[in-house]
Amino acid sequence: MDTFQRLSSTFKRLLEAFLLVMAVVVLNFLLIQLAPGDPVEVIVGEMGGASEELMAQLRAQYGLDRPVIEQLGIYVGKVLTGDLGYSYYFNTPVLDLLLQRVPATVLLVMTALFLSVLVGTIAGAVSAKKPDGIGSHIVTIISLVGYSAPVFWIGMMLIILFASMWPIFPVAGMYSIRRPDGFAYYVDILHHLALPAITLATIYVAFYSRLARTSMIEVLGQDYIRTARAKGLSERKVVWKHGLKNGLIPIVTMVGLQFGQLFAGAVLVETVFNWPGLGRLAYESILRRDYPTLLGILLFSAVLVMIANALTDLAYRWIDPRIRKT
Amino acid sequence: MNTQAIASPDARADTAPLPASKPDHPLRETLKIFLKNKSAAGGLILLTIILLGTTIGPALYGVDAYEMVWMPLSPPGDGTPLGTDYIGRDILAGILIGGRVTLIVGAASAVMTIVIGILVGAFSGFFGGRVDAALMKFTEFFQVLPSLLLAMVLVTIFSPSIGTIIFAIGIVGWAQVARLTRAEFLRIGNLEYVKAARAAGARDGYLMFRVILPGSLPPIIVSSALVTGASILFEAGLGYLGLGDPNTLSWGMIIGQNQNYLLDAWWTVTCPGIAIFLTVLAISLIGDGINDALNPRARKRA
Repeated sequence: MDTFQRLSSTFKRLLEAFLLVMAVVVLNFLLIQLAPGDPVEVIVGEMGGASEELMAQLRAQYGLDRPVIEQLGIYVGKVLTGDLGYSYYFNTPVLDLLLQRVPATVLLVMTALFLSVLVGTIAGAVSAKKPDGIGSHIVTIISLVGYSAPVFWIGMMLIILFASMWPIFPVAGMYSIRRPDGFAYYVDILHHLALPAITLATIYVAFYSRLARTSMIEVLGQDYIRTARAKGLSERKVVWKHGLKNGLIPIVTMVGLQFGQLFAGAVLVETVFNWPGLGRLAYESILRRDYPTLLGILLFSAVLVMIANALTDLAYRWIDPRIRKT
Repeated sequence: MNTQAIASPDARADTAPLPASKPDHPLRETLKIFLKNKSAAGGLILLTIILLGTTIGPALYGVDAYEMVWMPLSPPGDGTPLGTDYIGRDILAGILIGGRVTLIVGAASAVMTIVIGILVGAFSGFFGGRVDAALMKFTEFFQVLPSLLLAMVLVTIFSPSIGTIIFAIGIVGWAQVARLTRAEFLRIGNLEYVKAARAAGARDGYLMFRVILPGSLPPIIVSSALVTGASILFEAGLGYLGLGDPNTLSWGMIIGQNQNYLLDAWWTVTCPGIAIFLTVLAISLIGDGINDALNPRARKRA
């Protein structure tokens, strides 16, 4: 019975995720419909003009002369079979283009997420131990700065400082011009990854340190912590083991909710650092008014967010045994 | 510290006004606490300076931000106070005039965000049941989508102008406000005075916006400071990506246009960035101050 319930709740969640992604597909379709000019005009523009006859022929070929609801059906069918359209600028099917770019974005976003949760939690926990201490004030100031500065500007400042004035990191890109072989290849990527990942992490360090502090102050005031102290556990064990495990719960929740925003930040950071991911692709497709690619990225990012939410859910169950039961 | 004694008659929901009486006394007290808070007062002064700079600044400075006035990429102090950009336009003039769009778009889209958020949250929290479930699914949809990406798509498709930018930012960011409003409506909806008003035969609209909403305003006001800051950062991001209104300069746009000269001319991107930073910082400080003033008990905890 228990297993059955768990399976059915997993199924329900999958169904919800699927419906949400389908909603993005419908939104994409509506956006195409609402956009001034129809896709054929865009295509013809890219080709450098065409006769009325050819345009009518193209409209028929793309099904644009059919009723809207039928077009929606065709569009959904295409997306479900992996056909996200064709990018005339990049001269590649959109799906292939996106799949090429996904790994770089996932690497950047996951590194930044890891950095910000790690640094933010430690900073928050340290300042929670002494809410009126210097450390706590520093966390407050850093989080104010992190909230207020535009992320692309932080990136540029880091480039000026650590790639120009004191050139210890490369200015942009993901690889050196001469790609080294073997192990050095990965070191080279990490070297390029450092500045963009730190930039993207800054905003969220601010956020997570604040969250961790509030949550840890609350947790450290609870009875079971007093019990742990009373039975003679070291302070380190009390804070970092007993306290942190419960203090992490709101952070894990926020990681799931914030993943989409982290992805949005990646658009700006990838543009600053010329990082060859989905975000940079979004910037490039805006410059070219390449709608199929842009809408494909929107859909892909929604899918990535759904996957991230599912992973968060797993992490949640791992941290908080109370949830496993339900 | 000593403001705590003054603040003891809690200005929060406990004293939420009855429909007829006006709460001018708690408000004055809140204002007093707010102004005694140094960082909040500092934020207010900073924001006033920025507003003055962008409204009367361009006229006082008298340099055309759109004309080539000096050698391209000349450093600060060398003919112009903050240097020139890649086509020889005065950076200071650009910052003074560019703030207008940034502030107008930031404020207008923040208002839109908050109004949508309050409406969705109010209906959701007040009616509950199916309405609630449907509206919360709708909210979740907007929370899951990367908001900047959606705004980029909207602005690109409907071509950039001040109107489309305000619309795009306003339409993508309201989920948080909606959730907050809903939570407040759920909490206050069960309080005695609301039940009394309902029993007295008040209609739904009156209950929602005249009885419950005033009580739920404090946290919404605090979050609206965050929303305004976020909207300004949003506008800056769109401008940086080349999605600003092509007819007017904005801070983000100046940074975006000069990003290729970043290594040779640091001032072209650094100065407008500082302007954005200080503006959002001022609003954050004011927001924190309002939070402390409206909710003195939270100060001990946070």
